Amino acid sequence: MLLIKDLRVSIDGEEILKGINLEVKAGELHAIMGPNGSGKSTLAAVLAGRELYEITSGKVLFKGEDLLEKSPEERAKDGLFLGFQYPIEIPGVSMVNFMKTAINSIRKNRGEEPLSASEFLKKMREKKDLVEISSSLTNRSVNEGFSGGEKKKNEIFQMAMLEPELAILDETDSGLDIDALRIVARGVNNLKSPLNATIVITHYQRLLEYIVPDFVHVLYNGRFVKSGGKELALLLEEKGYEWINAEEVN
Amino acid sequence: MQNEQDHILNEVTSGEYKFGFYTDIEQDSIGRGLDEDVIRTISAKKNEPEFMLEFRLKAYRHWLTMKMPEWAHLDIPVIDYQDQIYYSAPVQKAKLNSLDEVDPELIETFNKLGIPLEEQKLLSGVAVDAVMDSISVKTTFKETLAELGIIFCSFSEAVREHPDLVRQYMGSVVPYTDNFFAALNSAVFSDGSFCYIPKGVRCPMELSTYFRINAANTGQFERTLIVAEDKSYVSYLEGCTAPMRDENQLHAAIVEIVALGSAEVKYATVQNWYPGNKEGKGGIYNFVTKRGICKGDNSKISWTQIETGSAITWKYPSVILRGHNTTGEFYSVAVTNNRQQADTGTKMIHIGKNSKSIIISKGISAGLSNNSYRGLVKVLRGAENARNFSQCDSLLLGDKCGAHTFPYIESANHSAVIEHEATTSKIGEDQIFYCNQRGISTEDAIGLIVNGYAKEVLNKLPMEFAVEAQKLLQISLEGSVG
Repeated sequence: MLLIKDLRVSIDGEEILKGINLEVKAGELHAIMGPNGSGKSTLAAVLAGRELYEITSGKVLFKGEDLLEKSPEERAKDGLFLGFQYPIEIPGVSMVNFMKTAINSIRKNRGEEPLSASEFLKKMREKKDLVEISSSLTNRSVNEGFSGGEKKKNEIFQMAMLEPELAILDETDSGLDIDALRIVARGVNNLKSPLNATIVITHYQRLLEYIVPDFVHVLYNGRFVKSGGKELALLLEEKGYEWINAEEVN
Repeated sequence: MQNEQDHILNEVTSGEYKFGFYTDIEQDSIGRGLDEDVIRTISAKKNEPEFMLEFRLKAYRHWLTMKMPEWAHLDIPVIDYQDQIYYSAPVQKAKLNSLDEVDPELIETFNKLGIPLEEQKLLSGVAVDAVMDSISVKTTFKETLAELGIIFCSFSEAVREHPDLVRQYMGSVVPYTDNFFAALNSAVFSDGSFCYIPKGVRCPMELSTYFRINAANTGQFERTLIVAEDKSYVSYLEGCTAPMRDENQLHAAIVEIVALGSAEVKYATVQNWYPGNKEGKGGIYNFVTKRGICKGDNSKISWTQIETGSAITWKYPSVILRGHNTTGEFYSVAVTNNRQQADTGTKMIHIGKNSKSIIISKGISAGLSNNSYRGLVKVLRGAENARNFSQCDSLLLGDKCGAHTFPYIESANHSAVIEHEATTSKIGEDQIFYCNQRGISTEDAIGLIVNGYAKEVLNKLPMEFAVEAQKLLQISLEGSVG
């Protein structure tokens, strides 16, 4: 589904990603872990199409097509979703209107008819139940006045609505209390299927108690320095990133 | 980012103005220039009674003593008032069987503007007075309304058919001495609408005037007068467009509203005059005086305006809260793009006890434009317990435009409570990217964000027009964010 080859990315002349290689197949759940400043969020933003970055070399294929050539909205149409670390507030725009515009823009770009109002509302209800988000959130303006936890839950709700093939969740767990963390994890698990894939980016091992990854990658200083199964996360938790640091030096 | 923004800004062309066409129809015009003879000619063409001509001449003589106001935050080029045409009317070519018939060419023009003049084709529940250049072409549903005693007709017709009403109320809210443009309008005004709602009548349909400038080098000086008797209600909508031309054209209108005891008048404007091209060439100069008086106790006047057009806008729809327990409202969205300039706002004059006013102003500036809110809240000594709430928000798109707020508060009564809130925000790249990531294009994202921002005002428009206004906002700002 996703194939990243030797991806190098700079911002203001400083190299952040120094040759990333990754393959994600349908049905897989990957966790990318790493300390602050290792390049995790940069990788997520580049995959979603944020323009701030300069891609100096490398290739990214999404479903066999060159991802980096495409605009952010084309990537969304192709089925890529980014759960934001810091979800953006859009005052005055209701969640209902926002989601409806998003879904129907994507459908239009795919050559499909827009959803009728009743189809749309039915879908809203279903997905709200699936991710256990309350109506009080979906009746408000996009992220406006939401608490940190509510914003993250709202990201999961949007993911449920848009049914992406590849979801990248950028530190969705940061700043969550244990209850919110459970809800977010449950949402991710409920949405998992053999046809889609998820990349969970996280700083802590904590989230991985609720979401079991197939693969764990450790991003350090712009490179994947270790990859393995879920046991790698436990090892990291135990020994800390210092351990990687030492390994690197050796 | 800067290059990208310049690139997108460059993509904005005048072609986006949808109503820029010109109807090639024979015009009965007088020569350029303004003097007493011109005023006599206009009055004679309209078969006006003597009092009207006298009013015009008095106004003209007063205008000669006045200077153009310079206090607004506007850069207004010198206007040669002798280089304008003050009367121009389309000549109906086809042979008409009755007075009510309209030249097919004019019907076609208004069809193209989305304003069908045949009653069966109109939006149900909206009566229209269609004005082109200096005359009213057709007023629909006149008979239906007349059954309720409502008078809805062109101003010229009102002067001839209802001279007593016109005489009683014309100039009672905006005297010709009020300001430079009001004096000019009072001297040369051509057509406009007149509306009278009798006591206790709730007008069953939206009344609407559509103003179209067509002829070149011609100024439009319309005048609208709305009188709502005790316990009556009317909702009014005004729309306007003009062809795209390289020369600037002058529009100086007056709207007067009189609300008597417990009457309610809602007046909404969707102003879409040609704004000029992206270099700032051409466009309408819009110098308008709109004012209402809540004359009787418990009356209410509400202004809603969506301002997207005009090269220059100078306009302050106001309410004089004379009666006790009266309410004045002003809801405004003013959009400026490219090189447009707007200085717009309101005046709320509290005279009666327990009078209330609310001001919601949403400015949106893009391109190289300048957008100013200017508002006065004045509480006179006798206005016990007067209340005002003002909220003035500015939204910036890009970093080359300007937004300004000039609130004036004068209170002579200690029991008055006046609140003012103001915010300035920018459409952020991160907001746009967030929408993009959800599959929404940049243009649609701007539309979504801007309409969200302006929602409180858009909600005040009658349903059918709110949808149009939303689209208009989006079109006006197309390509304005990088």
